[in-house]
Amino acid sequence: MIYKVISKKEFRRFVDLLVKSNSSFGPQQVDMDSRGNPIYQFKQVQSVEEIAFDYTATASSAKHFFLPFREELSRFTFHEDEWEQKISYEAEPVVLVGLRACDISALNILDDVLLNGHFPSPYYLAKRKNSVVVGMDHLPLPDCFCKSMSHHTVTTGFNLFCSDIGDNYYLSINSSKAFSFLKEFETRDPLNEDNCMLAERRKLIQNSFQTEIDVTALPSILDIEFNSPVWEKWGDKCLNCGTCAMVCPSCYCYSVTESFDTNLKGSTREKKLYSCNLVDFAMVAGGHNFRPKNGDRLKYRYYHQHRGFAENGNQQICVGCNRCGRACLAGINPKDVINDLRMEKESCLTCVSSSPART
Amino acid sequence: MPDMRFVIPRQNINREEFASSVPDFNRRSEMMNTDMGFKCRITNIVRLTEQEKLFQLRIVNPQERALFRFKPGQFLMLELPGYGDVPISISSSNSNHEFLELCIRKVGHVTSALFTIKEGAHVAIRGPFGSSFPMDEMAGHNVLLIAGGLGIAPLRAPLFWINEHRDHFLEVNLLYGAKEPSQLLFTYQFEEWEMINHIRLHTIVEHGDTSWRGKTGMITDLFNDISVDVKKSYAIVCGPPIMFKFVCGYLDKLGIPMNHMFVSLERRMHCGMGKCCRCMVGSTFTCIKGPVFDYWSVMNLKEAI
Repeated sequence: MIYKVISKKEFRRFVDLLVKSNSSFGPQQVDMDSRGNPIYQFKQVQSVEEIAFDYTATASSAKHFFLPFREELSRFTFHEDEWEQKISYEAEPVVLVGLRACDISALNILDDVLLNGHFPSPYYLAKRKNSVVVGMDHLPLPDCFCKSMSHHTVTTGFNLFCSDIGDNYYLSINSSKAFSFLKEFETRDPLNEDNCMLAERRKLIQNSFQTEIDVTALPSILDIEFNSPVWEKWGDKCLNCGTCAMVCPSCYCYSVTESFDTNLKGSTREKKLYSCNLVDFAMVAGGHNFRPKNGDRLKYRYYHQHRGFAENGNQQICVGCNRCGRACLAGINPKDVINDLRMEKESCLTCVSSSPART
Repeated sequence: MPDMRFVIPRQNINREEFASSVPDFNRRSEMMNTDMGFKCRITNIVRLTEQEKLFQLRIVNPQERALFRFKPGQFLMLELPGYGDVPISISSSNSNHEFLELCIRKVGHVTSALFTIKEGAHVAIRGPFGSSFPMDEMAGHNVLLIAGGLGIAPLRAPLFWINEHRDHFLEVNLLYGAKEPSQLLFTYQFEEWEMINHIRLHTIVEHGDTSWRGKTGMITDLFNDISVDVKKSYAIVCGPPIMFKFVCGYLDKLGIPMNHMFVSLERRMHCGMGKCCRCMVGSTFTCIKGPVFDYWSVMNLKEAI
C-alpha cells in the first residue's frame, strides 16, 4: 500500500478523466423517500459532476456489478437432434467510484465465499478482475452498525481509497493500476499533519456510530437459540418479499432457471439472485418444504448472516450497513432481532411471560 | 473524450487463479469448466413403475468418459438443455465406467420433460458432487441398508459395491418399504440380490393389494425380523424426510454407534457447488458436506431431519 495526499480539485480532475475514459458508475440521487431524505443509487456517470461525493449510502449495494440480478451462465444452441453448450467468462472493465468501506468489506467477503471455496466461480472472478474500485470513507448513518461488525474500516479489496481530510484527500493506493494513473496528477507524500488529520478523521468516524449491536459469541447464541420464540415473533411480521437479500451487499444465494429462445433454436441457463425468505427457497420437487414457516426462513437468513457456513470458515457475512433494516417493509431490522435473541431485558419474550414480578 | 492513458484494459481470467486447495473430482474447476456439462447419450430407458424410470447414460466423449469417476452415494446434476438441471443420485455401480444409471421419478418440471425424451437423446451431466458412503470403512462389518420408496436409488450404488466385494462384508440386510406393491422398484433384481449375492431382503408395503403376499405396515415393523450384532454393524438409511426420524431413532436405541449410521439427505439444489445456498442444512451445505452424513453430524446439524 502506498499513501499519497491529493487536493480535492486535483482529485476531481483525476476522477473526471477516469470516468470519461471508462464505463463508470457512481452514486447519484435518484429520488426522495417519504420523509424527504434523498435516495442514492449507483448509476452510470459520464463526468465527475454527476457523482454525488457527499452521499450517505446507496439503497442497493455495489454487489450487483459483480452479482447481477440476472446473469447468463451458459447458452445452448440446438441443431437437428444435437445441441452445443457455450460458456463465456468475459466481463467489460468498469470503474466504481465512491464505494463505502462496508461495501468494499462486503466484496471482500464475497471474494472469500465465491473464490476460495471448493468450486471457485469464474463468472464472479472475471467481473471482479475487470473492476477498478475507488472507495471513500464517510460518516455513518444513525442506524449503521458497521463498527459492531468491525467493517467500518477496510484495508484490502479496493484499488484506491480516499479519506476526506479537509481540503485534501488522503489516498491509500492498493494497485499498480491506480498508482500509474495517479502519476499523471499532482500528489505529494503525506506530511505529519496529514497523518494527524487522517487519525482524527478516523476517530471522528469511529465515534459517530450511534447504533451498536453486541455480537460477542453470536454464532453460539444462534445455535443455542435455534428454537427460540423470537424467530416466530419476527417471522410473523415477515412478508416473505426478499427485499432484504436484494439490497444486502453480501447476500449471494441464487436460483438457476433455463428458458428456450422464442425461435426454439437455443436456450439460456440463467442465474437469478434469490432470497432465503421467499417461500419456495427450500422446497423440493414433490412439494415438501424444508422450511415451511416464515420464522424458519428468517432464522436461516440470520444464521447465514451472523453465524456463517462451515464451508466458508464460519465467517459472518453481515457487514452492518443496515440496508436490510432500512428497506424492510415490515420493519424488521437486525438490531432488534439480535437484541431479542440475546434476551436483552426490555424485549425478552420468555422472561417477560414467566417472570413472577409480572404475574 | 476517452484518454487512452486512462482506459482500463480488459483482462481475461486464467486457470492459475483457481488454485483451489480442496480436491475437486475430475479436476473440473482447474479447467474452469465447473459449469460445462459432460455430454451424455441416453442409451436405454427402463420404465420401472408409473412414476419412475431408469435412465442409462453414456458420456459421449471417450476422454471425458475415462476421466469420470464417482463414489457410491454421490450425486450429479443432470441437465436437460432448455429445461434446467436437477440433482440426481447415481444408482449404478462405480466400477462400471461405460454407463451411468439414474433412477428418476417424474415429479417436477425437468423430470417431466425427461420422461418425454427417447433413447438416443443427449443430455448433460455435471459432477459428481458431494460426499460418499465410506465403503472401505464398512468392510468387515454387518451392513443394514434401509430404504423407503425412491430411497432405494442412492442405495443401489453401495449395494453394487457390496455385491462386487461380497466377501468383505458379513451379513447384509436390505430393508425396503414402499407405499404400495406397485411402487416397489427394481423388483426384477430382488432374486439376483438374494440368490447370488446372499443379501437378505425384507420388503414391506403400507397398503397391500390382492396379489401382495408380503408384509404390510411401516418400515420400522421390519426390525422385528432381523437380529444384528449392533457392535459390528453399519447402517445406511435413505428415504423420505419423515422416515429418518423414526428409523434413525430406532437404530440409535438398538445401539448402533452414531458414526456407523449414514443417511443420504435430499434438498433443493441449483448449483451443486456450494454457491447457491439452496441446499443449506444447519450450518453446512448438502452438496459439499453431504448428501451422505453420518448420524452424529445429522444430530449436530440443525433442521437436518
